[in-house]
Amino acid sequence: MNQADRLSERGIVVHKPYARLSQEQIEMIDKASLDLLEKPGILCYHEESVSMLEKAGATAKKTREGEHDAWWVSIPAKVVRQALDTAPSRVTLGARNPDNKVVLDAEGNRVYFGSGSETNYWLEVKPETFTSKVDGHERTIPVMKRNRGNLDYLCRSAHIAEQLDNLDFFIRNVNVQDSDITTENKDVNVFFAALNNITKPVVSGVADFDQLESIVNMAEIIVGGREELVKNPVVSFITSVIKSPLQVVGETAEKLIAIAKLGLPVVISTSPQGGSTAPIDELGMVAQVNAEALAGITINQLANPGAPVIYGAVPVRARMDDLHDMYGVPEFCHYNMDCAQMARYYKVPCYSTAGVGDAKVPGIQASVEKMYTYTAVPFAAPGLVHYAFGLLDKTQTFSPEQAVLDNHKIGMAKFLHRESGVNEEAVEKTKKTIEEVMHSPYRMYARYARGMLRRGEIFGGFPFEGEAEDQDQTLLQVKEHLNELEAREHQHLPEDICKKIFESTPGLLDRLNPYK
Amino acid sequence: MSKDLIDQIVNNVLQGRRNKDDEGIEEGMAGDPGVAELVQEALDNGIDTNEILLNGLSKGMEMVGEKYETGEYFIPDMLTAAEAVEEGMKVMEPHLVKGESGSGKGKVIMATVEKDLHDIGKNLVSIMLKGAGFTVVDLGIDVPAARIVEAAEEEGAGLVGLSALLNTTMSNMGDVVKELEEKGLRDKIKVIIGGAPTSEDFAKEIGADSYGKDAFAAIREAEKLLK
Ligand code: B12
Repeated sequence: MNQADRLSERGIVVHKPYARLSQEQIEMIDKASLDLLEKPGILCYHEESVSMLEKAGATAKKTREGEHDAWWVSIPAKVVRQALDTAPSRVTLGARNPDNKVVLDAEGNRVYFGSGSETNYWLEVKPETFTSKVDGHERTIPVMKRNRGNLDYLCRSAHIAEQLDNLDFFIRNVNVQDSDITTENKDVNVFFAALNNITKPVVSGVADFDQLESIVNMAEIIVGGREELVKNPVVSFITSVIKSPLQVVGETAEKLIAIAKLGLPVVISTSPQGGSTAPIDELGMVAQVNAEALAGITINQLANPGAPVIYGAVPVRARMDDLHDMYGVPEFCHYNMDCAQMARYYKVPCYSTAGVGDAKVPGIQASVEKMYTYTAVPFAAPGLVHYAFGLLDKTQTFSPEQAVLDNHKIGMAKFLHRESGVNEEAVEKTKKTIEEVMHSPYRMYARYARGMLRRGEIFGGFPFEGEAEDQDQTLLQVKEHLNELEAREHQHLPEDICKKIFESTPGLLDRLNPYK
Repeated sequence: MSKDLIDQIVNNVLQGRRNKDDEGIEEGMAGDPGVAELVQEALDNGIDTNEILLNGLSKGMEMVGEKYETGEYFIPDMLTAAEAVEEGMKVMEPHLVKGESGSGKGKVIMATVEKDLHDIGKNLVSIMLKGAGFTVVDLGIDVPAARIVEAAEEEGAGLVGLSALLNTTMSNMGDVVKELEEKGLRDKIKVIIGGAPTSEDFAKEIGADSYGKDAFAAIREAEKLLK
């Protein structure tokens, strides 16, 4: 086992990552991506990035795209290679509780599961009792109530996420649409809502550049200073610096450079849609998304060589009937498994995706789609698997009940990666056991199952089974469990820290203060 | 001293340890005396068989049942504990006087009926009945009705437990009831049936006394029928 794999107890080690691509194919894709970065190159809307790239050896040609200045930048392979050389292969996502740190190592095989990302809706189960016209019996049915996302839901989500044992990192999962939230105060409030309710790593995008300083300041107060924050970055960032195909967004590049200079971890996230903003075939998609991730990493490393950076590829497929994203499909798995291999080839930690339900409501279809990708994608051992909890309707909706179900399914997906236990010593023990049982009265192995049961080596089965024989009670059972999770004690920040944060953070809403 | 031994018996039933060679639920117990050795020691110390049975073996098994109900124990724990009780009963057997209360809760003949080879459920029921303090004579699988009745008569059993998992073999349970009637034994020997295709209604249909849906129902029903 790799050293970093041993450094963390969270997540799961995938002992033999599945290599969908051969070494030769990896090299072909690498070459294709680098060729693309040279020709046609990237279309960059950020002047500072252009001059950094030029200084490093790229050539740029100014153009005009609609209302904006833009540059066609041709990046030679050596500039990208140089950036990959300085990018660290190990990145730590810090956490309020240091035991919850996520240690990513591009050369290790540990996989972590987390949430995400900004759904407009929160869909909750409200059990209601009806008298059935079919048999005249009273039945309780999980009625679904859909509400717009808000700060309160975000706080609740972070608290639930704290309780879910298979959730390793938190990306905020609902968009906040409260009337007192504005562009000028949104970031500080959503970061605080997360940090004040979870002790696991908080990873997030920043909407408004001007609030970055306040967010970093807040994190520094929590850990006790800038130096401490770099050691234990309780906040890490996501920047969607690429607009597929191959365009660098001005405002986001600005943030990416600022975060790089702060030395805080950042995910370069690019999310092309196969069929609309990227080729739909596997090779085309991966060649492009890989080029995009490399372009982001290059800008990041030019801004601050050695800054912690994560290869974030979120390639999805288009639905053919309405061009929405589609997650629970085989192509999605192919794209993502390939990207994990590419990131590993570059020795840069990878941020990947699994577990989005395309279905609109929690339950059977959503769970099938989720289970499909939970099982497939982690086999390629990407470091981070985001979007894994509660997402429905292709990331439009978050369902806390589904998140609880997902926690269980991720447990199953993780269990798949347990080692076989085949070794010389075990063989001797097994022969002895079988012989003993053959000479026992009922020839039963129950006695021998107990040790494994107690050591947690036997998977627990489905915890939300109902008693009824003519009704699926899963969601009702999950709802009860969810109520228990929500009733658990909150892991709020200490009072003095909260006080300092509220004193020094403009725009923070008083109603988020637990000590008020 | 006697209290201490009885407590150790209870604890070893909870740990499911038949004898000194067994591991318990907690590791590192192999080598310490198990139920067989402890019961022997108790007898050697002149502790009453009734005391060993009620406050040791049965008490332990009762606690196992409670732990199962609360979700702390699982079926493998119950079976293992029941095996340990059975081992204790074997040591006690020569010391039990027929008819004395110490001879347990009564005798049950268990069998899977003719042409049926399924025995996982039947074994579970047998082991659990033993663990609950019944004396069980298990005839195994594919047992003809005549053999079952013969054994019940020979052993002086008060109850016959029949298992069937096939709807082609469940009718053979009715044959056992008929055979008991023909031999004039029906009023002395009760019949309980079980197995996935059987039901309460089916039990009535063939004239059996009771039906048990699982091993716990089997214990409950057996206790009623043999009272
Ligand atoms: C395991 C198994 C086998 C194993 C048996 C191994 C063994 N050592 O027993 C093997 C592979 C040998 C087997 C063979 C066959 N099997 Co099979 N088998 C099963 C299976 C999968 C599980 C049975 C089991 O052990 N369950 C677990 C135990 C714990 O449950 P249980 O037996 O129901 O017992 C519980 C209760 O019923 C009750 N109980 C049981 N007995 C008693 C007795 C009393 C007195 C009381 C109170 C309570 C009680 O308490 C128990 C504990 O809770 C069932 C499927 C099923 N869902 O039942 C098919 C099943 C029973 N088998 C079936 C068939 C068809 C066969 C074969 C004919 C297949 C073939 N074509 O060869 C052969 C027949 C062999 C024969 N002549 O008997 C069918 C029966 C269909 C039917 N309704 O007739 C089933 C239902 C599968 C299916 N759906 O098709 N089988």
